[in-house]
Amino acid sequence: MEQILANGVYLGSQYAMIALGLTLIFALMNVLNFAHGQMYVIGGFVTYTFYGQWGVPFILALVMSCVTLAILGALIERFLFAPVIKGSAREESTMLLAAGIAFFLDAVILLFFGEKQRGVPKIVDGVFNYDFRLIMPYDRILICVLAILSIVAFIGLMQYTKTGRALRALAQDRTAAQLMGVNVDRYSMIGFALGAMLAGLVGGLLVTITGVNLGMGGPTSIKAFMMVMIGGAGVISGAIWGGIILGFMEAIGLALLYQYGDITYLLIFVSLMIFLAIRPQGLMGKPWG
Amino acid sequence: MFGFTSKQLSGVAIFLFAIFIGVPLLIGLTGRWDFYFTLTSVALLAIASAGVWLTFYIGRINIGQGAFALIGAYVSAILVVKVGWSFWISLPAAGLFAALVAVLIGLPILRLRGVYFAMITLVLTQVVTLTALALPITNGAKGISNIPLPSGVSIFGIPLLPDFAGMENTKLAFYYTACILMIITYATLYRLVNSRLGHLCRSMQQNEELASSIGVNISYIRIVIFAISSFFGGIGGAMFGSIAQSVYPSSFQVADSVNFMLNCFLGGLGFVFGPMLGTLVLYFGWDLLFEFGKYQMLIYSTVLILIIRFLPNGLLSIRFGKGGDK
Repeated sequence: MEQILANGVYLGSQYAMIALGLTLIFALMNVLNFAHGQMYVIGGFVTYTFYGQWGVPFILALVMSCVTLAILGALIERFLFAPVIKGSAREESTMLLAAGIAFFLDAVILLFFGEKQRGVPKIVDGVFNYDFRLIMPYDRILICVLAILSIVAFIGLMQYTKTGRALRALAQDRTAAQLMGVNVDRYSMIGFALGAMLAGLVGGLLVTITGVNLGMGGPTSIKAFMMVMIGGAGVISGAIWGGIILGFMEAIGLALLYQYGDITYLLIFVSLMIFLAIRPQGLMGKPWG
Repeated sequence: MFGFTSKQLSGVAIFLFAIFIGVPLLIGLTGRWDFYFTLTSVALLAIASAGVWLTFYIGRINIGQGAFALIGAYVSAILVVKVGWSFWISLPAAGLFAALVAVLIGLPILRLRGVYFAMITLVLTQVVTLTALALPITNGAKGISNIPLPSGVSIFGIPLLPDFAGMENTKLAFYYTACILMIITYATLYRLVNSRLGHLCRSMQQNEELASSIGVNISYIRIVIFAISSFFGGIGGAMFGSIAQSVYPSSFQVADSVNFMLNCFLGGLGFVFGPMLGTLVLYFGWDLLFEFGKYQMLIYSTVLILIIRFLPNGLLSIRFGKGGDK
């Protein structure tokens, strides 16, 4: 039981970070970022290159992942999403763009890093063992703590800084924020960069444990969508709840039903559908987002 | 009749002539027999895309068509292989079963809107793939292979449809079958959009509450539209399974669902024939880029991004000017 709970906290903190980036982008620009999983994979590969290949200290490699993805996110927003949102008759056109970008990033990853599964050396050795009831490698604990710290830092940023206030205003009402003198274009770009950066950060953190490969992008996006749906689209607290709930469901399901394989995910999907039938806007979401 | 202008009629005539006589002639001349398979796939994917387009028409973003195509493919395969039905009976049965599933699933999820509906339909594709892996009747990951080719149909000794297995050129036969199905689909779609139901759909696309307040039964209409849409998906999937002679859980995946949606977007959401054009451009383009090997995906996605960047309202919007609406 302790083991399941620990796994749940560990998975949940990772998932919450992925969902946070997705929900931030959605809240600011009403864009469903299909490429989120691919951004996560790129983050993983950047850390792999710096830490695994070139022997740069892990923290520095992690920073490089964040910087790369933030720049990438800013460029994508500035040159692709912003003009398309302005020129399109229906705002759903951004979905096509997002899917195109997902394909594009997949192609780029394939060209630069190939199809193989990549892993990096462990950052800390050793296993935490509490009376054989709770076994957790130290690197997982470290990653979990780093993830929770990042989430706290992100919430702090959103709550107590000028940028965060501007982003929250933008998410609440775009026109009103503009009327109050918020530079909408600039903060959309910052927000998108921040969302992409979070994806890169998780990718960089998780590469030390699960490794990284090309095929991880799509399934990660789907999981992120599910978390956002559980918590409610465009709500920060919802994304965190969604991540934690999905993490726990997966940890419990995999522990109890491991002999049936994929049945855990099937059960999660089905219960999600039933949940959404009762509460379409998710736990925290505003009705019709 | 039906208020068609002579221009529209001649356009349809040219189109029919092109796909039934022009294409086989050209393929015969150039000897590119592989194009038959490509074009057959385009026709079938266009049928499924037509369904997605129809759900767009009531203002829902449907990324779940892969689920219904997979359901259709499995139903047809199981009926043909395990029950021993003729393919031609299993085809409508597959469509109807997909429609039935759509009604059952649609009752709860059609209450969702916008991005929520998009996400849940995306998840639905994943659910159906996982279900196909888990159920015993679908044979798990091994799938159903060696599906026999469609057999002949005759009433009172008069052959209505030939036996596909006895033909020396099944590619051509499948091409014609797929094209005929596609034309029926789009004719139905055109008729539907220009009917009373079509008007009601447009009213829902703009504002559901308003439509509801003036007496449109929105929950009934959206179920009907979703069922029709899934019917098209089921038909397309069943036909696809028959051509490939096999069905696997991976036959239609999330990527296929996204592609169906992209076909509609690219062709333009305001135009009935948009999804057909979108499917042709996307699938054919992908096929032609095969020669570039590992750069195929890169070029394809770059072109896709450029198209949406400079023509955000779809390919057909060039002709009608920017923001051209129906």
